[in-house]
Order: sequence, then C-alpha cells, then structure tokens
Amino acid sequence: MNHPSHCHEPGQGADVEQKERGGDIRLAVTGASCGGCVGKIEKALKAVEGVETATFNLADREAKVRGQVEPATLVEAIEAAGFGASEITDETRTGADTEPAASCANAPAGNRTEPAAQAHNSIHLAVTGASCASCVSKIEKALRAVEGVEAATFNLADHEAVVRGQVDAGALINSVEAAGYGASEITDEEQARDEKEKAEEAYYRKLMREMTIALALGVPLMAYGLLGGEMNVVTTGERLVWLLVGLVTLGVMIFAGSHFYVGAWKSFRAHSANMDTLIALGTGTAWLYSMVVVIAPGIVPELARHVYFEATAMIIGLINLGLALEIRARGRTSQAIKRLLGLRAKTARVVRDGREQDIPIDSVQIDDIIRVRPGEKVAVDGVVTEGHTSIDESMLTGEPMPVEKGAGDEVVGGTLNKSGSILYRATRVGKETALAQIIAMVKQAQNSRPPIGRLADTIASVFVPVVMIISVLAALSWYNFGPVPQVAYMLVTATTVLIIACPCALGLATPMSVMVGVGKAAEAGVLIRNGQALQQASKLNVMVLDKTGTITAGHPEVTEVIARNGFDERELMQLAASLEAGSEHPLAQAIVESAEGRDLPLDSPEGFNAIAGHGVEGSVKGRELLFGNHKLMKDRGIDLGDLQARAQELAAQARTPMYLAVDGQAAGIIAVADPIKEDSVAAIRRLQKLGLEVVMITGDNEATAKAVAGKVGIEHYFAEVLPDDKQNKVAELQQQGKLVGMTGDGINDAPALAQADVGFAIGTGTDVAIESADVTLMRGSLHGIADAIAISKATLRNIKQNLFGAFVYNTLGIPFAAGVLYPFAGILLNPVIAGAAMAFSSVTVVTNANRLRLFKPREESA
Amino acid sequence: MSILVNIVGLGLIALIVWWFWLYRPTAAAQSNSGAVSITVDDGVYSPSRVSVKSNQPVVLRFMRKDPSPCAAMVIFDDLNISEELPVGKPKEISLKVEKPGTYAFTCQMKMYRGELVVEG
Repeated sequence: MNHPSHCHEPGQGADVEQKERGGDIRLAVTGASCGGCVGKIEKALKAVEGVETATFNLADREAKVRGQVEPATLVEAIEAAGFGASEITDETRTGADTEPAASCANAPAGNRTEPAAQAHNSIHLAVTGASCASCVSKIEKALRAVEGVEAATFNLADHEAVVRGQVDAGALINSVEAAGYGASEITDEEQARDEKEKAEEAYYRKLMREMTIALALGVPLMAYGLLGGEMNVVTTGERLVWLLVGLVTLGVMIFAGSHFYVGAWKSFRAHSANMDTLIALGTGTAWLYSMVVVIAPGIVPELARHVYFEATAMIIGLINLGLALEIRARGRTSQAIKRLLGLRAKTARVVRDGREQDIPIDSVQIDDIIRVRPGEKVAVDGVVTEGHTSIDESMLTGEPMPVEKGAGDEVVGGTLNKSGSILYRATRVGKETALAQIIAMVKQAQNSRPPIGRLADTIASVFVPVVMIISVLAALSWYNFGPVPQVAYMLVTATTVLIIACPCALGLATPMSVMVGVGKAAEAGVLIRNGQALQQASKLNVMVLDKTGTITAGHPEVTEVIARNGFDERELMQLAASLEAGSEHPLAQAIVESAEGRDLPLDSPEGFNAIAGHGVEGSVKGRELLFGNHKLMKDRGIDLGDLQARAQELAAQARTPMYLAVDGQAAGIIAVADPIKEDSVAAIRRLQKLGLEVVMITGDNEATAKAVAGKVGIEHYFAEVLPDDKQNKVAELQQQGKLVGMTGDGINDAPALAQADVGFAIGTGTDVAIESADVTLMRGSLHGIADAIAISKATLRNIKQNLFGAFVYNTLGIPFAAGVLYPFAGILLNPVIAGAAMAFSSVTVVTNANRLRLFKPREESA
Repeated sequence: MSILVNIVGLGLIALIVWWFWLYRPTAAAQSNSGAVSITVDDGVYSPSRVSVKSNQPVVLRFMRKDPSPCAAMVIFDDLNISEELPVGKPKEISLKVEKPGTYAFTCQMKMYRGELVVEG
C-alpha cells in the first residue's frame, strides 16, 4: 500500500518519455464484456492498415497496438465492430515531467526513504477528468477541505491522489466530484481481502451471539414440550406464565432476529422478497398466533390453544447458526486467491546508485536492477542480467521441478529463488506482472457463472413468492379438508412451508463450486477464463492438439543433411542457413543454430520471400535458392531423383525433411526433428481415458505426422495443414456435431483457438494474458490440459450434485411440510425440524463445494 | 365463515402475485452526472431501479452496508459483470450498455434484486 514516488529526477524524465513514445498506442475500449469480444476487437484492429500487432486485454479493457497508424483510425475500427474506444494519451504524463514542481511540490523529499510512515491510514483515489497542472491544486484543495484529512497530494502523472487522515473514502469522492472531477478508491487486493475477512469474522461472532441468545430460550422450552410439559393454555395461571414467555420471545426476536424482520420489511416495500421474508413470516406468524392464544383464548377453539414460542426462538437460533457456519465454509472457498495473494513479495532489493536497498514493492520501477538472494522471493517480473540459480515456479505453473535460470532468462514475480544469487532487470511491475494478472483473471473467473446455473437462477428469482403462495394454499387445504382443530394445523403447515423452503441452497449451488473449481485449477497452473469455458471443457468430445510446441518441445534440431549433385553438406547448410537467417520460423532457427554450431559463416539473403505452407525462396551470393517441402519443388518443376525416397524414409522416422534447390537443381535434404516432450505420451493417454478423442494437427508432411502420431498414441491426425487452415479443420469437426477443444500456442493458433468450443493456450509461465484462449496453461506440459479437463469434469459433477440436492430438498421438503403425508401416514413436520433442515441445507451446499478442494486431478501413476 | 376464509386466502395469493410480480415501479433513479449511488442494505438495493441512457458511460457506485454474505456480490447476468462488494466501502462499476432494455442486477442468490433500465 505504499505510494510509489512518481517524481522523476530531471535527467530521468526525458528517458521515460522516450520509452513511452517508442511504445504502443493504448486504447480504452468499452462495451467488451466477454471472451469472444477479445477476438473481435483484435481482428478489427489488425485489419487496419499499418497495424503490426494488436492485443486487447479484457481485464483492464485496454487495447495495445503497435504500428504506423493514426489512433483515430483505430478508434473508428473498434466502433465499427460495435464497441467504444478512446485513446489513452501520455500528454498528461509529459506535462507532469516538464513541470515537476507542480506534481512533486507536495511530496516530501524523504518520501522514498521512509515510505512505511505513509503506509497506514492512507487512502488512494483514482481521479478522472484532470488534465492540466492547475487541476492539481483544485483537487488537493477539495480533498483537504474534507474533515479529518491530514494531508492530501495528487499526482497528475498517474492520476492518483493519496490522502492521509481519519476519513471516509466516500466523503473524499464526493468532495472531488463536487469540484468537477471523478474519483474512485483504489484498494489493494490483499488489504481488501483482510478487511473482508475482518468484516466476516465480526459478522460471524454477531451471528453466534444471536444464536446463543435464541437457543438459550428455545432449547429449554422445546425440552419442556418434548418431556410432556403442558403447552396448551387453560388456566389463568398458565396464561400469565405464557404471556411472560411470549414477551421474552419478543425480546429474542428483537435482539437475535431483528435483521430478518427489518430485511423482510424493507424488501417488501421494494416489492421484492428474500430469505428474510420467509423467516420473518414463519416465525412472526407462530409468535402472533401464540400471543392470540395467550391474550384472547376465547377466539381460538379449545383444542387449538397451543403456543409455539419455542418454534420461533429455535428457528431464529438455528438459522443464525446456519448463516454463521456458511460464512466459515465460504471463507474456505476463496483460499486459492488468498494463497496467490500471499505469494507477492512485500519488498525488493533494488540496486540504485551502486547501493542495494530494500524498497517497497510498489516503488519498484521498470528497468530497476533487483538482487534476489537464495531463499528469497522474486519480487516482480524481469530478465536475469547476472548470476545463475534455480527457481521454484511450482506455485504458479504447477511444475514441480525447479527451473534453471541464467542471464537472459525470464523470472516471474512470486516464485522462489532456491540456490544462487542473481541480479535481474524489472520488465513488468504492479498490475502488469504475471502474478497480478493471474490473480485478476482467477478472480474474474471465480465470479462468473456457467450456463448450467441458469435454470436454478430463474427458479430462485421467483422462488419466495411461490413459496408464500404454496403456504397459503396449504393452509386453505387444511382449513377445508383437515381435521379439527383446523386453525392449529393451518398454522403449523403454513409456518413449516415458509421455514423449510431454502432459496439459498439453489442460488449457491453453482457459484460455490465454480469458485472452488477455478481456484483448484489455478493451483495446478491452469487458468480458466470463465464459467462457460469451465462447463464446455467438461463436455468436450474431441481435443485437437497442435503438434509443434504442444506435443513436441517446439525446439527442432537438425538431424540429417544429405547432399547431392556435387554439393557437400557444409555448403548445403551454409546456403540454407544464410537464406533462413532472417526468418523467425522455428525450423529456420534450428537450421541457423546448427550452422552456427558448425562455425559456418552466414551471408545475407536477397529477395527473401516466404511462401506459406511451402517454404522460402531468395538468393544468396547470386545463387537462386528454393528451400521447402515437396510441394514447393513440384510447383517449380525441380527434379528430385532419389531424394524423394530418402525424404519419405526420414519422414517415417518423425523427421521433417526439407529440400534445397540451387539455381533450379536439387542440392539435397536437410532433415529437422522436433523432440517429443517427455510427458506428452502419458498426458495424451490421460486425455483418452477421460473420454476424449485426441486429434493431432500439423503443417508437417503426411509421413512425419503419421510417425509422430504413432509415437504418442494418436490415431487421427491432420497433416500438411496450412496455418490459416487450422481454424477450418476445427470447424469441420464441429460440423460433425462434436464439441471441440483446441490446444495451441495462443499466437499462431489464435484463430483456431477462437474457433474451438474451448481454446487451450500453452503458455510459458509468463504469458498470462493469452486472450484468444479460454484456458491458459502456465507450463508447457500437456498434463495441464488433462488437469483442466479433469477439474472441469469434477466441478460440473459437483455443481450437479449441489443443484440436484437443492432441487430435491425443496421439491420434497415443501410438500412434506405442507402435510402431504398426513392423510397416508399421519406424519406432520415440526416447524423446528424444518428450521434446522433449512439452516443446514445451504451449509451442505457450501461444504460439498469445498469437497472439491480435495480433488486430485493427476493420476498417481500416470 | 368458511367461504370468507377461502376468499381471504385467495385474496392473499392475488396480493402476492400483484405485489411481487405484476407491480412495476415507475420512478427510477436517473443518472445525470454519470454516477449513481446504490446502497446495499437489509435485503434491498436502494434505489433498486436505475435508468441510464444507452451508449453513454455510467458509473454505478455500490455501497454495501449489509455484512451478510448474501450481499457480497452484485451480478449483471446479461452484461457478464460480477463484482465483489466490500462492506462499508464504495465499489464502482463502470459500464456502457449499447442495447436499450431492462437488465437485472442481483446478488448471487437472486434475493437482492434491482433493474438497470437502459433507454434508447
């Protein structure tokens, strides 16, 4: 919660500004609310001429575009796609940098060295509408005018105001708004969670206290009744005693149950009804009836002069107990988030001016050099600049083995440094870090609802009035057809119906399980975007796996070089590597790396041209080169001779052969193989065991594809698929009526991932915001996919159990309470039992959802 | 006597149907400055009916006073929004709805109910 210092040293200002300018165009996008919008928005942006890359982050509704293009054109494109957009400019930032006095005047010079002093009682506000330096003083004045404010500073650069003092955030916001700006409070996640827990703990204690009060009266009264005590009112003495008990019960209703009555009344006035309504009506009716019996027994038939004060007290006590237990159980459902929040480091050891100093994590800036010693947490995301170590990333990726890191490797905030001491350069801080994004995404997903809950939601929304109507109907039936004394039976059945009905269990059934299931997945390194993705994933029939980088490691290596027609191997490699030097294709990189390994000098190619799905062409030192697959050679009429047979042999061994032709003559084959990941075979078997048909898709030739598929136990595969065509293959499978999942790398496979019913992106541990994916894997292993499917199936099973339980409970409980069994078996439900059943039905739902936490997605010996 | 009791009972049912389902409030809180404050307490959103203009950004500021877990979330099902509400602190939800219509917002259990009326 420490406020970062944004006052740049004069020398730093220009530096920062340059970086900003060289960067992306940022757009605030409105109206995007679903995963599907991401694809639409990115597509719209990419369609604009001059755009190189475009990404849209749903979490912060921000699009980043790189390229030579006017922001206005981008805004138009987004608007044409049906969303709203505006550019996020850096004008204000520039302004602040050129006028440091305006924004920094109030920040004491010692700010950076004693940030801890500010940590407490400070409220952070995000202020909107402030665009000039003069706004600063206006806003600060408005803030200081609020009573209780000790100090208030507003920083124009990040539009953040920090206020110290004993003051309510609402009052500050009102004051800023009165001054003509907008404001909202910025709360730290962890702090907010702490506060929430404190509030819940206080509420829990209040409920337990109320429960004790109510049961202290209810239990003795009920015991008295059960032990054969006289509950009927006959003599005047009895009337006086019961009048006293009735007044004590009223006290209990006021002290322990007022929230039911107040809530019921307020919602009644607002034309809505809820659980409070049912409880207030049920207990209120029982009490009123009993009081009538005591005060004016004459108007009640003699047999029906029975009092039900114990029911009122018991029900209030039991429902309070149920609510208290529910709070406890609910707290456990959000443990995954709590654990993630706990991963964040509090301070970072930053090297500044040649000295290492611990500074609060919020003050770390991009490009800071940070020291991490063994046993310490990595503070923010960055790239190692010095040293070597192994880092435990299991808390984020689920990968149990520590990962070796040296200079140039990425490190992720929240992971644990095991062995060595390293220096690294911060690349992402604050909300940009992988951990922060994971937390935001998990939170978002935990609160979203899968379609399976819709019916329960619809029922829950009309539930209470329906129960009230049933209660009246039950009473009328007993009046018209019931035995004497009718009025007593009417009262018992009407009250019991009201009390037993539990809308909460219905409403809680789905969200509680989603909460636990999504959290569980996050613990396994699987990020599920929303409830819909969770539900779809549980129902998939087919899983399409991209070969390169998914089944295989994605780091191909040159395995064979076969030269013909007077060329030698070195020459072949030298020419091919020179041609491919500028290409980013993984196969090209393998060849370049191999050539470098052989110390071959590379030349620069001319007229380089990539022919999608075929290969590349260009000239090196005046020689015309063609490098690619069989199709390319055939198209250009190259005579391959015996090379074709050799290529087929290689392909059958899961190699990818590529032909090189020099000046129209075949020169040889370079074969590349991409090793299969160790655990791919086991993970694919797990997927098949989970009932999915696994299909491989690849741009490789038929023979290579067949060989790889055979090795990993996949029967069906699509070979020689052009990158743009993967999407169509997925669509083809869908047209066969199948629910199709697609696993790929999230960038090249984005259209196919978007086309699939559920898109799974294989991440590398740092790319959290893979927007085209419904499910993102934090590690490369395919086990993550199997985990995701297993967890989604378990969660859906849990939701169904909950929904089934809640439906059955209500559909059986309500008729039972109405006395349906009475004509046949003579059984009538006691309202107190109904109260207990109702109180524990919602606890049961939450507890069942918590059971999911014990679910183990991984087979012990897969 | 027995007819009277039955009539009262049926009348009660009619009253329930009318009060909770058929009745439509006419007055709705308007959004002028762009922000509407909604208090979450005692089982009700007040105001429970908020009217906004379509295609205009609005801010709904929820102030939750009820500590019971029922009030912990606010969900706009049709708009795919679900937010946790802290107790005793304002929580802002910014939105811009394009299609005019009536959008319900509720708590997790659909007991707290409110309507966002988007006018064209």
